[in-house]
Amino acid sequence: MKILIVDDFSTMRRIIKNLLRDLGFSNADEADDGNTALPMLKSGKYDFLVTDWNMPGMSGFDLLKAVRADDNLKTLPVLMVTAEAKRDQIVAAAQAGVNGYVVKPFTAAVLKEKIEKIFERIQ
Amino acid sequence: MDRMNDNEKIHRGLEPEITEKLRHQAAELSQCVEGGDYVRAMALINELGEVRDQSLYREVGRLTRTLHESIRNFQIDPRSAEQKEVLSMMTDASDRLAYVVQMTGQAANRTMDLVEESMPVANAMRDEASALRDEWQRLRRREMQPAEFRELYGRIDNFFVSLTQDADTIYSSLSEILLAQDFQDLTGQVIQRVTTLVKDVEEQMLSLVVMASHVDQLTGTVHQIDSQEVSAEQGVGPQVKAEEREDVVSGQNDVDDLLSSLGF
Repeated sequence: MKILIVDDFSTMRRIIKNLLRDLGFSNADEADDGNTALPMLKSGKYDFLVTDWNMPGMSGFDLLKAVRADDNLKTLPVLMVTAEAKRDQIVAAAQAGVNGYVVKPFTAAVLKEKIEKIFERIQ
Repeated sequence: MDRMNDNEKIHRGLEPEITEKLRHQAAELSQCVEGGDYVRAMALINELGEVRDQSLYREVGRLTRTLHESIRNFQIDPRSAEQKEVLSMMTDASDRLAYVVQMTGQAANRTMDLVEESMPVANAMRDEASALRDEWQRLRRREMQPAEFRELYGRIDNFFVSLTQDADTIYSSLSEILLAQDFQDLTGQVIQRVTTLVKDVEEQMLSLVVMASHVDQLTGTVHQIDSQEVSAEQGVGPQVKAEEREDVVSGQNDVDDLLSSLGF
């Protein structure tokens, strides 16, 4: 299981990486916005994408739309972990095809629950 | 209704003696026109123009004075060379906020360094303890050969030594993590000072806007201000006072409810 974590803050990437490792996913790479993440996704054979929304350069929402528009990536499970809390945004993310939405600040238990739910659906 | 409000606003913008003068001259002008005294009427129209110009100059003067005062209050003096070198309060405020970002970042990284160092230590302690427990059970069930027992004997000795060391390591990490939280005191003070500055600036700006609106009323200037709707697509950051707002979720439970209402 290869995971890509996209967040502009290195602290948040580190926290998510640590939590994922505790859940048994130790193969995780990092990117700091959509522009760096997209080429990695296209060439890197990732199984799961965890992304923030608000980032300089390409936002997580635009990244989600780019992933869904790409024939090779459109089935990639995407979990959004973000401070964006407007109802409209959550609806927009759902319509754009997000697989899970975790609002910051979050707990390890919530992250675990959402990730497990996503993999349950896929299998 | 709107018209009445507009009128009230205009009267508020002008000084009472000027409105009185205007009213008087307007009444006289109307009498002159009706009575056919066009020479006097023309003179009155000129006088009316002067009243308007004078009030305008006065308001512009006030606006300039307030502007100067505001600039002085921000402690920015563009004329003095040494002042230019000295940090203005605004630049200082950005530096202070940059300091907050730096301090919080350092604390977060220091904490995570220590946590990442301690986790494998705790894991190793648990693994060795559970392995020894299994061996111990075998011993109690008398399933152990004398050679195995000698090995277990040494292993338990080593475990006691490393347990003491590892517990010390974890304890010192925890107390360093505790110390790493001291940023909150420093950043808290800095943020409070910047907040005070922002409030001051807001008040100064507001008084400038009020002044400028008097000039606008006298000249009849109407500004076309396009309200720019910020698109949430690029992200707007964390919401403060989320519980007071209808369009914002107040936590993960709200998100889950919203998504399940969409069939998720």
